[in-house]
Amino acid sequence: MIVKDKKENQSVYGDGPGDRDIQRHTLSVLVDNEPGVLARVIGLFSGRGYNIESLTVAEVSKKLNQSRMTIVAIGTPSVIQQIKHQLERLVPVHKVNDLTEEGPHVERELALVKVVGTGEKRVEAIRSADIFRARVIDSTTSSFIFEVTGSTQKVDAFIELMVPLGMVNISRTGAAAISRGSDKI
Amino acid sequence: MIKTVKAKTKKIKSPLGKKLNKNHNQTMSGAEMVIEALVEQGVDTIFGYPGGAVLPIYDAIFQQDKIKHVLCRHEQGAAHAAEGYARSTGKIGVILVTSGPGATNVVTGLTDALLDSIPLVCITGQVPTFLIGNDAFQEADTTGITRPCTKHNYLVKDVNTLANVLHEAFHVSGSGRPGPVVIDLPKDVQFAEGKYISKAKAKTHMYNPKTTPDMAAIKKAVALISKAKKPIFYTGGGVINAGPKASKDLTAFVKKTGFPITSTLMGLGAFPAHEKQWMGMLGMHGTYEANMAMHGCDVMICIGARFDDRVTGDITRFSPNSKKIHIDIDASSINKIIHVDLPIIGDAGEAIAAMYKEWNAQKYKADEAALKKWWKQIKDWRGVNCLAYEKDDKIIKPQYALERLNHFLQKDAKKNKRDSFITTEVGQHQMWAAQFLPFNKPNRWMTSGGLGTMGYGLPAAIGTQMGNPDGLVIDVAGEASILMNIQEMSTAIQYNLPVKIFILNNQWMGMVRQWQELLHGERYSSSYTESLPDFVKLAEAYGGIGLRADTPDELDDVIEQMLETDKVTIVDVRVAQNENCFPMIPSGKAHNEMILAADAEQFDKKLV
Repeated sequence: MIVKDKKENQSVYGDGPGDRDIQRHTLSVLVDNEPGVLARVIGLFSGRGYNIESLTVAEVSKKLNQSRMTIVAIGTPSVIQQIKHQLERLVPVHKVNDLTEEGPHVERELALVKVVGTGEKRVEAIRSADIFRARVIDSTTSSFIFEVTGSTQKVDAFIELMVPLGMVNISRTGAAAISRGSDKI
Repeated sequence: MIKTVKAKTKKIKSPLGKKLNKNHNQTMSGAEMVIEALVEQGVDTIFGYPGGAVLPIYDAIFQQDKIKHVLCRHEQGAAHAAEGYARSTGKIGVILVTSGPGATNVVTGLTDALLDSIPLVCITGQVPTFLIGNDAFQEADTTGITRPCTKHNYLVKDVNTLANVLHEAFHVSGSGRPGPVVIDLPKDVQFAEGKYISKAKAKTHMYNPKTTPDMAAIKKAVALISKAKKPIFYTGGGVINAGPKASKDLTAFVKKTGFPITSTLMGLGAFPAHEKQWMGMLGMHGTYEANMAMHGCDVMICIGARFDDRVTGDITRFSPNSKKIHIDIDASSINKIIHVDLPIIGDAGEAIAAMYKEWNAQKYKADEAALKKWWKQIKDWRGVNCLAYEKDDKIIKPQYALERLNHFLQKDAKKNKRDSFITTEVGQHQMWAAQFLPFNKPNRWMTSGGLGTMGYGLPAAIGTQMGNPDGLVIDVAGEASILMNIQEMSTAIQYNLPVKIFILNNQWMGMVRQWQELLHGERYSSSYTESLPDFVKLAEAYGGIGLRADTPDELDDVIEQMLETDKVTIVDVRVAQNENCFPMIPSGKAHNEMILAADAEQFDKKLV
C-alpha cells in the first residue's frame, strides 16, 4: 500500500476566492420568446455555478414576441456583474437590467397557501389572513386557500404565521419586479 | 501497392445548378437553400460526413460544383478541419454532419471552437419533425446537447425560416467574439419547399455586439501607457481574430513605443518573433523573461487575451504592482478573473488602431530612461536562458528536433517561397513547438488552446492545407495524440494533401508523465503508451509516406526528405523518453515561482 502524505492530497489549485460579501440582486431580462431561451438562461446559471433564488418568466409583448424574466440571483458583486455580462452575451437576450443596482424598484410575489383545520385555528387563520390582506379564493368546511401578494419578505412572514395554523401546501411564483418612476427600461 | 479503383461517379447537371444565384426570391427545397445560402456567404469548402438525416443536403451537394465537400473520416475530424481552415484563412469554417452520433461526435470540435473563439457554422441533420422526441433512430437532442458548447444554436422546424436562420448563423458566428453556431435541420424540412431569402434581405436579428471602443477610455489608456516605466504588452488570440491588419497595427504600435511584448499560446504570430521586443510566450510553460516581466511590470496592456488560469498562475499574486489595461470584445471577459484598472470593450483591431493614432496625435514619447533600465532588467532575465536543455549526441532531444525543423523551415521558406503553417496536438510537444518555433505572421499557428484537445492537429492540418493549397503544413504531434484522429490520414490521401506529421515520439503521454513525476510522487499511472503501432508502416498502409529518425545524425536527412514529399507523410522521431518541458509554473504558483530545468530535482522534494 502506498502511504500518502496528507499534504499531497490537497489540490494544487488552493482555495477558491471565497464567499464574502454575498448580495442579492434582482435582474430584469428582456428576451425573445423562442423555444429554448429559458433553457439557455438556466444552463448558463448551472454551467457557471451561479445561484438563482427565483426566476419568473412570461410573455410581455405578443407583437414583438418578447418575454421578460425576473431573476433573483445571489453572489459577490463581481459574480453578479459576471451574471449580467454573461446574460447579455446570449443571442436571444435583448436587455439586462440590474434593478438592485440601477435604483429604486418594486418587487412582488404571489403565493397560494392551503390551510387545513377547524375550530379556533380556522378562525385564527382567517383573522391573520385579513391582517396580511390575503384573499380567500377557495374554502371548504375544513380548509382555506389564501392568495397573498407582496414582497418576498411579506410572503415569507405570512407563511410562517400559517404553519402552526395547519398549512399543508404552498405554491409561490417567485418575484416579478419593475423599476419605480417614469423611466422605461 | 494496392491499386485503388475510383468509384464511377457522374456529375449530373441538374436544374439546381442553373437556379443558383439567379433569383434569390424563389421557391426551393430546404436542402437547396442550404447550398444557396452557403454560396451567398462566400463558402467554397465544407467538411463533413454523410448519414441518413442529411442525405437531401448531400444530394444537393452532388448536383452543384460551387461548394467542395471534404469527406473526413470522423465528425470530430471534420470539426477540427473546419477550425484549421477557419484559423488559417480568417473565413468561417463550415461543417455538415448527420443526426445522433454525427452530432454527438462533433461536440468536442464545437467546444474546442467555443473556447478558442473560432467561427464555425455546423449544420446537423435531425430526424423528421414529427419524430422528434420519439427516440427515433439516430435521434439526439442536438440543440440541448450543444447549447452549452456553442455561441448559439437553432432548430429549424419551418422551411420558410431556414434561409434567414442560415444567414443569421453566419452573422452570429463571425461577429463580435467569434464562435461556433449549430443549425439542427430535420430531414422533412430539407425536403420541404419554401421561399428563399437572400443574404441582403435576411434579418440578422438584433445581435450587434459593440466593436468600437470608447474613445475617452482609449485616450486614458494611451496616457497611462506613455507614463509607464516598466510596461509590457500582453496580447492574445483576439488580435489574430481581428484580422491581419490588427497584427500589423500592433507591430507598428509596439515598435513605436519600444515596449516588450509577450503573448498567449493563442496569440503567437500577431507580433513577429524575430523582432527584438519579442519576449516569447508567457504562462505555465512560457519563458522566464516573459513571466518575470509580467510579474514585475507597472503597466500591463492586455489586448484580446482573457487571463486564463494557464497564463495567470496564482491570481492572488498575479502581477501585484501593475496598472492593468484590458481590451476585449467580450464584456464578460473583463474582471472575470483579474481585476483591471482600465477596461475597454471593443474589437482588438479597432482599439489598437485608435491607440496608435492617439499616440501619434498626442506626440507621446516613452520614458526612455526608465525603459532603458527595464530592458536591462529584461536582459538579465533573458540571460537565464530558460529554454536551455542538455544536448545529447546519441538520443534525439525533442527540443533539438524542433530546432532542426525550424532550421529547415527557414531554408524552405527562402528556397520554395512558401509559407509554413504549424498545427499541433496537445501536450509537451505543443508547448515545445510554442517555445522553439518562431511565428512571424498571424494565422500560421493552429493549436487547441482553451480546451486542449488531443487529436486536434492532424485534422486541423488538413483544413489548413485545404485553405492554403500552396502552403507547407506541418502537424507537430505526439505519438499519443496523433492516434486520437489517425483515421484522417485517409482524408489527406483522398484529397492529395501533402500534410507532414512530425511526431515527437517518446512513448509516453509526456505531459501526464511530467505531472506524475513532479506532482504525484513518480507514480506513472496509465501514462505509458504500450503497443504503439509502427508509424512508418502505418503511413504506408494509408498510402502515405513514412520516415523515421532514431538518432540525432539521422534527423536532418529525414526532415529534408519530409519537406520534399508530395503526399501525407508521417515522420516518427524517436526522442528522449524522460524529457520534461520547462520552464513550468506549477498550478497554484505565481509567475515568479517558475521552475527551470536546473531546479527540477529540488522541486519534487519541495512539493511532494
